[in-house]
Amino acid sequence: MSNATFRTCPESGLQFHKPAELLMRAHAVVAVVILLIGGIAALLVTLTRWPAIHLLPADRFYQLLTTHGVNMLIFWIISFEIAVLYFCSSTLLRCRLATPKIAWLGFTLMLVGIIVNNAAVASGTASVMMTSYVPMPANPNFYLGLILFAVGALIGCFVFLGTLVIAKDEKTYEGSIPLVTFGALTACIIAVFTIASGAIVLIPTWLWSLGYVNHIDAAMYRIVWWALGHSSQQINVAAHVAVWYAIAAIVFGARPLSEKVSRVAFFLYIAFLQLASAHHLLVDPGLSAEWKIFNTSYAMYLAVLASMVHGLTVPGSIEVAQRAKGLTNGLFEWLRKAPWSNPIFSGMFISLVGFGFIGGISGVVMGTEQINIIIHNTIYVPGHFHATVVIGTTLAFMSLTYFLIPVLFRKQVAFAGLAKWQPYLFGIGMSVFTLAMMGAGTLGVERRHWDMAFTNSALGFEYPASAFTLMGIMGISGVVAILGGAIFILVTVVSVFFGKSVESESSYGIATTRLSRADPVLVPDGGHEAAGKWGFAAPGTFVLALFFLMIFVLYYAVNWKYLASVWPMS
Amino acid sequence: MSDETTGSGAPVRVPFMQRVLDNPFILLFIGIVFPAVFYIIWGIMEIVNIPIAP
Repeated sequence: MSNATFRTCPESGLQFHKPAELLMRAHAVVAVVILLIGGIAALLVTLTRWPAIHLLPADRFYQLLTTHGVNMLIFWIISFEIAVLYFCSSTLLRCRLATPKIAWLGFTLMLVGIIVNNAAVASGTASVMMTSYVPMPANPNFYLGLILFAVGALIGCFVFLGTLVIAKDEKTYEGSIPLVTFGALTACIIAVFTIASGAIVLIPTWLWSLGYVNHIDAAMYRIVWWALGHSSQQINVAAHVAVWYAIAAIVFGARPLSEKVSRVAFFLYIAFLQLASAHHLLVDPGLSAEWKIFNTSYAMYLAVLASMVHGLTVPGSIEVAQRAKGLTNGLFEWLRKAPWSNPIFSGMFISLVGFGFIGGISGVVMGTEQINIIIHNTIYVPGHFHATVVIGTTLAFMSLTYFLIPVLFRKQVAFAGLAKWQPYLFGIGMSVFTLAMMGAGTLGVERRHWDMAFTNSALGFEYPASAFTLMGIMGISGVVAILGGAIFILVTVVSVFFGKSVESESSYGIATTRLSRADPVLVPDGGHEAAGKWGFAAPGTFVLALFFLMIFVLYYAVNWKYLASVWPMS
Repeated sequence: MSDETTGSGAPVRVPFMQRVLDNPFILLFIGIVFPAVFYIIWGIMEIVNIPIAP
């Protein structure tokens, strides 16, 4: 292999294979463009669901809701994830990327798919929303665009797997692959299942839209479609958890508390995470209680256990690293003195807390068949997945981008002051947004509904005033979060296309842009427990975990109590 | 391969679970078969078995 195609980043020590680097850049740029399109649609949708503004007419609302859903939940996330897969294989394993030409074919298919799908929605003939439930027909190009994108993404997954084989053959690493790469492998495996499910459901639906197939069974469609629709969000979970581990290593030189336990947690994702798709079908009449409860409770709880392991071990590893550097006072000095003005860290930490406290707890409530009925198909559901996908995944990817701008694109981060505040604006705005949605959903406000006031409707319904207030709070906080998203795009675009080149070090300094050369965590005298308290290496994290469990149990119990009140049995 | 060698050349038994976790294609197999069986195939069998209205 020729060294002429590799470069070593002077700040991070990372080694980039030129074809992989170009592909990562291309995927990341396309992802950010998609984020912009989805973000504009988000603003218009939010301003329509904000009852005091109610901006758009119904047809335009559903068209933009489709644009928003498909671009954000499929195109933005998976485009960025393919860049993450190439980074975690070629760059972290310091090897060449497998079959770059085929990888470019995958990129081209994804790009064509994005354009074809968006053109179909923009024409006004495919306002079927992301789920595109049959028998509601869309312009055939809507399905064709998704199929092309899926095939391209599948190619990206196999290029990633091929790169793992090359790294093993060329012995660029010893022992097991690094944990971050293992997390990316988990995302890749879930992606293969997801995309295959997408092909199984979308190819017949495309043929049906063209008139070559007479009938698609609606119940069958829903089962297989949700193996695409929900599992695609599980790719995100695995990918953003891998990003959390990477950022803990980048910023703090932290190592997982137990790499074996973290790997087993990823394994639980591989085996069980996709089964949670079933919670979308908990009120479908054709499916048995056994199927519903096995898939959403018993199996899904193993995946939830895995998330709790990651949620404990990532901040725990940061605490251990900080304590080893002498930040040992009290329970939380390590956290208080963390680099909160560094958006790589602050974004990642808000992502972790938001994903766990808001997205995780609400996900378990939604996955419990009995209490799911309280909020099924209400605006609680988008409240939940905005916490997982937007606070969890998007914010984690934004944080990683601040690292990649100097390391991958060799540019200084522009508007550093704005970048410092961006994760707070986006993360806190989105947290309030999701909580307001969940509150309104608990009061019964529907998802995907143009007018909650049912103006001039023959069969109207009057929501309590508090529901309107919560939707107003949702609108205000949504605009704040979108402003945070706009700042991210501004910073990214200006940095990458018009920014100053990095000369000797990145704008955030050496300490925050290292990966392989991060300061090693020195074990203090007496081991990590000696730097902790009460025999715990990470006592602060342990207290935070207990607080999390208390909130979890309380909220779960409150929902059962609420179920008892909405469904009196006597 | 279940054994690796140490610096002194003595084979070291690699635990079964580590061998599974180190093989991306076994993991890919598990990651497709589990949800395909428990979610898709089981679910579709239930839909197929719904009697058609006369």
